[in-house]
Amino acid sequence: MAAKPGFPEVLSFGPTGYGDELLWGAAMSVSIALLAYTLGLMIGIAGALSKLYGSTLTRTITQGYTTLVRAVPELILILILYYAGTATLNQLLESAGFGAIAINGFVAAVLVLGFVQGAYSTEVLRAAIQAIPIGQIEAAKAYGMSPWLIFRRITLPAMLPFAIPGLANLWLIVTKDTALIAVVGYTELALATRQAAGNTKMYFTFFVAAGLIYLSITLISQKGFSVLERRVRRGQRKLA
Amino acid sequence: MNIGIIKLLVKSAVLLLLAAVAIGLIYWLAAVSQWGWVAKYLPLLIKGLWLTVLLWVLSCIFGIILAIPIGLVQVTGPWWLAAIARGFCTVIRGTPLLLQLWLIYYGLGSLFPKIAMFYPDFRQDFMWLIRLDAFWYALLAFTLSFAGYEGEIMRGAFLGVPRGELEAARAFGMSPWKVLTRVWFPRAVRMVLPTLAGEVVLQLKATPLAMTVTVMDLSGVVRNRITQDTYIVYEPLMLLAVIYMCLTFLAVWAFSIIEKKVPQKR
Repeated sequence: MAAKPGFPEVLSFGPTGYGDELLWGAAMSVSIALLAYTLGLMIGIAGALSKLYGSTLTRTITQGYTTLVRAVPELILILILYYAGTATLNQLLESAGFGAIAINGFVAAVLVLGFVQGAYSTEVLRAAIQAIPIGQIEAAKAYGMSPWLIFRRITLPAMLPFAIPGLANLWLIVTKDTALIAVVGYTELALATRQAAGNTKMYFTFFVAAGLIYLSITLISQKGFSVLERRVRRGQRKLA
Repeated sequence: MNIGIIKLLVKSAVLLLLAAVAIGLIYWLAAVSQWGWVAKYLPLLIKGLWLTVLLWVLSCIFGIILAIPIGLVQVTGPWWLAAIARGFCTVIRGTPLLLQLWLIYYGLGSLFPKIAMFYPDFRQDFMWLIRLDAFWYALLAFTLSFAGYEGEIMRGAFLGVPRGELEAARAFGMSPWKVLTRVWFPRAVRMVLPTLAGEVVLQLKATPLAMTVTVMDLSGVVRNRITQDTYIVYEPLMLLAVIYMCLTFLAVWAFSIIEKKVPQKR
C-alpha cells in the first residue's frame, strides 16, 4: 500500500485527493441554493401580494404559513417535509394507481428549502412594498395604469431599495442552510466534506477547507449584492 | 360578470382543498397516528427538553458576554484588535453553523493525538478534556456563533449612541470606564433590545443541529432514540415542531414584557 497522502495532496484533484469531490459538492450546494432562492422569491412575491391585497381567506392562509414556518427550526422542517412530503406523494400516487417513485434528493432539497425561504421572503417583500409612499401608487392609479403596469413600473422598482438588504440576507442564509441537507443524506458540500474527513481522519483540514469555500461564496455574494444595491438606489440621496 | 364567477370558483376550490387537507390531518391524527411511545419516552423527552433549554440559554448568555468586547473593540479598539474581531464576525457569519459545529467536535477531537505527540502526558493531564461530553462542544460552537452574530449587532449599537452624549459624559470628568458603564453601554443595550428577541429565537432554532454530534437534546432524543427504536417517524417530528413553536412564542412573549419594562425615550 502506498503511503497515505499528506496535507496538501488530500485536497488535490484526481483519485488520491478530495479536491474534486469538494468542488462538486460546492457546485451542488450553490445550485440547490440558487433554485431554492428563486422558488422562495416566487412564493414570496405571491405571499406578499396576498398578504397586502388578498381576501381574508388568502391572508389567513399566508399568515398561517409564515408564522408556522418561521417558528419551527429549519432542520426539523426539512426533516418533516423531506420524509412526510415524499411519503405523502408516493401514497397519493399509489392510491391514484401509479407506482411509487423514488424522489430525487436534489429536487426534494430545492422544494423543501424553497418552501422555507418563501415564508421569509414573504415578510421581506411585504415590508418593502409597505415602505413605498402610498402617494406614488395613487398617482399611478390616477394616470389610469392597470394593476400589472403599476406593479411593473412603480411597485417593483420602488420597493427594491427597501427589499435588497433583506433579500441579500436571505441569500446568505439559504447558501448556509444547504448544509442542513447533509442531515437527510444528500451529498452537497457539507456531507462531501464529512465523508472525505471521515475517510482520511483529517477532520481539521477538511472542515477548514469547506469553511473557506463557504466563506468565499458569502464574500463574493456580498460584493455582488452591494453592486446591485448601488444600482437600484441610483438617483436616490445617500443615507447619512 | 365573468371575472366574478372565476373568482368564486377559485375561492371555493381553495376552500375545498383546505378542507381536504384539514380532514386528512384530523383523520391521520385520530385513526392512523400512534402516540403510545410518548408515555414510555416521557422521562427522556423531559431530559432532552432540559438539555435544549440549557444549550439555548447558556449559549445566548455566554454569547452576549463575548459579543460586548467584540463589538466594542471594533469601534474604539486598536486596529489589530478591531481587525481580529471583524475577521471573527465575518468567518462566523460566512460559514454554516453545522460546519462550525463539526469542526469543533470532530476537528478539535482529532487534534488531541497530535498534541499528545509533543506533550506525552497530555492524556493523563487532560483526561477530562478528552472525556468531555458532546454537549460542551455544542455549547462552545453555539456560543461562538451567537457571539459572532451579536458582536456585529453590538458594533452597530455602540456606533449608534449619539456622540454628544459621550462628549457630555467626558465633559463631566468621567473616566473612560465610567463613560462606558454609565452611558455608552446602557444606551447601546437599549438599542439592541428589539433585535435581540429575533436573534434569541434564531438561536433556539439552531439548537437541533446538536443532534448531529450525538447530543441528546430534544431533537437528539427524537431522532437518535425514539425513531430508531420504534421506527415511528412523523409523530415524534410533529411533537418536536409543536414544542419548538411553543418555546419560540414563549421567548417572543418574554421579550415583549422586558421591552415594555425598559423605558424607551428618544
